[in-house]
Amino acid sequence: MKRGLKSGICMTNCPTLIVTVGLPARGKTYISKKLTRYLNWIDVPTKEFNVGQYRRECVKIYKSFEFFRPDNEEGLKIRKQCALAALNDVRQFLTDEGGQVAVFDATNTTRERRETILRFAEQNGFKVFSLWNLFSELQNIFNTFILLKLGSPDYTHCNTEEAVADFMKRIKCYENSYQPLDEELDRDLSFIKIIDVGRRYLVNRVQDHIQSRIVYYLMNIHITPRSIYLCRHGESDLNIKGRIGGDSGLSARGKEFAKSLGQFIQSQNIHDLKVWTSQMKRTIQTAEAVGVPYEQWKALNEIDAGVCEELTYEEIQQRYPLEFALRDQDKYRYRYPKGESYEDLVQRLEPVIMELERQENVLVICHQAVMRCLLAYFLDKTAEELPYLKCPLHTVLKLTPMAYGCKVESVCLNVDAVNTHRDRPSVRLTNTHIIRMYCSMSVYSSRFLGVHKFSLY
Amino acid sequence: MIVMVGLPARGKTYISKKLTRYLNWIGVPTQVFNLGQYRREVVQTYKNYEFFRPDNEEAMKIRRSCASNALKDIANYFTKEQGQVAVFDATNTTRERRGAIISFAKEKGYKVFFIESVCDDPEIIEANIMQVKLSSPDYENYDKEEALVDFLKRIDCYKMSYVPLDEEKDRHLSFIKIFNVGSRYLVNRVQDHIQSRIVYYLMNIHVTPRSIYLSRHGESELNLLGRIGGDTGLSSQGQKYAKALAEFIRGQSIKDLKVWTSHMKRTIQTAEALGVPYEQWKALNEIDAGVCEEMTYEEIQATHPEEFALRDQDKYRYRYPKGESYEDLVHRLEPVIMELERQENVLVICHQAVMRCLLAYFLDKSADDLPYLKCPLHTVLKLTPLAYGCKVESFYLNIQAVNTHRDRPTNVNVARKPEEALQTVPEHL
Repeated sequence: MKRGLKSGICMTNCPTLIVTVGLPARGKTYISKKLTRYLNWIDVPTKEFNVGQYRRECVKIYKSFEFFRPDNEEGLKIRKQCALAALNDVRQFLTDEGGQVAVFDATNTTRERRETILRFAEQNGFKVFSLWNLFSELQNIFNTFILLKLGSPDYTHCNTEEAVADFMKRIKCYENSYQPLDEELDRDLSFIKIIDVGRRYLVNRVQDHIQSRIVYYLMNIHITPRSIYLCRHGESDLNIKGRIGGDSGLSARGKEFAKSLGQFIQSQNIHDLKVWTSQMKRTIQTAEAVGVPYEQWKALNEIDAGVCEELTYEEIQQRYPLEFALRDQDKYRYRYPKGESYEDLVQRLEPVIMELERQENVLVICHQAVMRCLLAYFLDKTAEELPYLKCPLHTVLKLTPMAYGCKVESVCLNVDAVNTHRDRPSVRLTNTHIIRMYCSMSVYSSRFLGVHKFSLY
Repeated sequence: MIVMVGLPARGKTYISKKLTRYLNWIGVPTQVFNLGQYRREVVQTYKNYEFFRPDNEEAMKIRRSCASNALKDIANYFTKEQGQVAVFDATNTTRERRGAIISFAKEKGYKVFFIESVCDDPEIIEANIMQVKLSSPDYENYDKEEALVDFLKRIDCYKMSYVPLDEEKDRHLSFIKIFNVGSRYLVNRVQDHIQSRIVYYLMNIHVTPRSIYLSRHGESELNLLGRIGGDTGLSSQGQKYAKALAEFIRGQSIKDLKVWTSHMKRTIQTAEALGVPYEQWKALNEIDAGVCEEMTYEEIQATHPEEFALRDQDKYRYRYPKGESYEDLVHRLEPVIMELERQENVLVICHQAVMRCLLAYFLDKSADDLPYLKCPLHTVLKLTPLAYGCKVESFYLNIQAVNTHRDRPTNVNVARKPEEALQTVPEHL
């Protein structure tokens, strides 16, 4: 697989198995899902395997905490089977399906269970990294995760009080046999001990690049409630002309939007809002109207369309029909000659995402392709979907992390603007068409064809 | 304020200097304030470890006054010299001393981040002492054996009163505890972005001996024509260089060498000749000269004389229209540096401006010097970390190439004459 070459860094020589450890309601699933989403976004194929899910498929209806009692032979048998089934799927994902990281999300609270997993990993040549979650005393965080449990399929038929009471008894079942990782006995293992989700971390024996990135990411996330506002700059002069890229200023309607945006932000009464823009005129002019200090990020600049900068789609079709067709074939990976691809964009936006994770309330005023990449991260969209996400002008998206995902509220500020969205065309050229086109290109400068690699497969 | 904590010979100064070098390189003005230095200025000649005995009243007074002078200088650095980060490099082994620093910082409104290095491996400690302590000005007149003995006694003086940062008692403080040169870290209450970056950096550096080889691609066709940028292949001399580089690398017998190139033809073609797997980094691509891509300096002077002058005025920050600046380059090279820190033996085949940025990081060059560092074609630089810095060995592989280095001309005024602008342009076809 070309993966390593593409990103420039060989992320893993062998696949990594991430193992969560911790009593119920410590945030294991929350962190597993978030980490998986981040790794997939930075192009590391990752999948989570939640043992609770396997159990629910096996035991169709959850009756009560009694299933988890340590003396429930039947229960123990089923749970062990589920864990093994999950491990089997892990093996398949990492060995046969090109996966690079698997997150094994379960309590894994006994030494015995963890040793089983270590042996399994060793046999299959996987590296192991453990995520160990616990709380020292912060009661409110504990409650956040309890709330998540109440939304579980296990408790659809219970009222809140019953559910909480049952869940507490469930936790008790685990507590007696809980054997935490030991700083001495386990000092040769690679792990991160996360205490209070965001306060304190103990990091032991980071083995390689991907583990180092995982640790960095985990140390930057928090669960303080906040919202992220995403919007594009106001309509620009080049937008009106149907031209892509460039660095023009706002049109009259764009300026109107900027004012409306300012009013909207005021009305939202946001606590301590940070405002970020790119270094291009149209986002800066938009931010100016909001009237609060803002920070400029070069990384938020629109995708560089290289030789196609400031052209209309008609002109691109006319001058570079081959390029235009190739882009429609694989819009995510296609790189404009002397320009960038969406894939490049994701790489340069990674520090922005990292800082967004650290921050609380932020308004990001950016561009169409950039906004698609950021949105794809928050809403867990694939590389296939990303370049076609709808991000219209003059619309603000308010993202509020909720449960295991993100609530999206779309606010259209009622200022007219052109539509800049170009769907994937239904008729795409087949490879034969492209080859024929390529052969007839006698006027084509080799310069342009050489700069990006396209494979006809 | 970054406050180091730890017994002597635990790598505090090593970490302080390296961290400072990194922060300055990424554009955060940082300075180290080493207490040992203050002490050496006051007590001109070091006699022996007795100075550090906890019952030496006279010495205690001197040491306390040195600490307060250092803190005064730190305040000065922040207020008068626009510093952003100050690294207070001292043992700071008592709760009392740390408390005093925290009060000082609170009064002035500075954030405090502690970096504690804990090590109980006697081999590592002895290696540290041998590497850096014995060559200290303190031990000029000692022979090695005596110096080692004296230094170990010095450490003992601190051990009695050493109170490490405590997970429980100090849980309101922001700190990282580094155990045994990086096998384990305890991180508490990272307050902001810069502290988060510092922690990430510290967790990626190591002290395993290794070398980093930096080289440009072989001479390219555009190099011959005196044109900047572009994406051409190697000239015939460039191809010769690629072969010579392969031979040189083989001759060095490097264990487990990783080879990195950019995405541009000329570095890839150079790497191909090595016959080993290599990884391509887009981040290693040459600086984007925007509208000036593929022009000669003469053409730039003819078509964009004002831009040309502005560039000579501030070559580091100047951004080509629709292109990049050296400052942008440093920003996009940061992940490369981070990965270089994680790796061991690496050969980086890159470009002139890129190599200048990387070199500036390893050799602690300022933003003013960086764009004028000499990185000629067909020359390999071998960098080997040594003590607190980096040893540089330069290998010219004896394959002729054009010179692409353009010094700063004397007249950088926008109104200058063309001859003055082109004064330092190297020869080309």
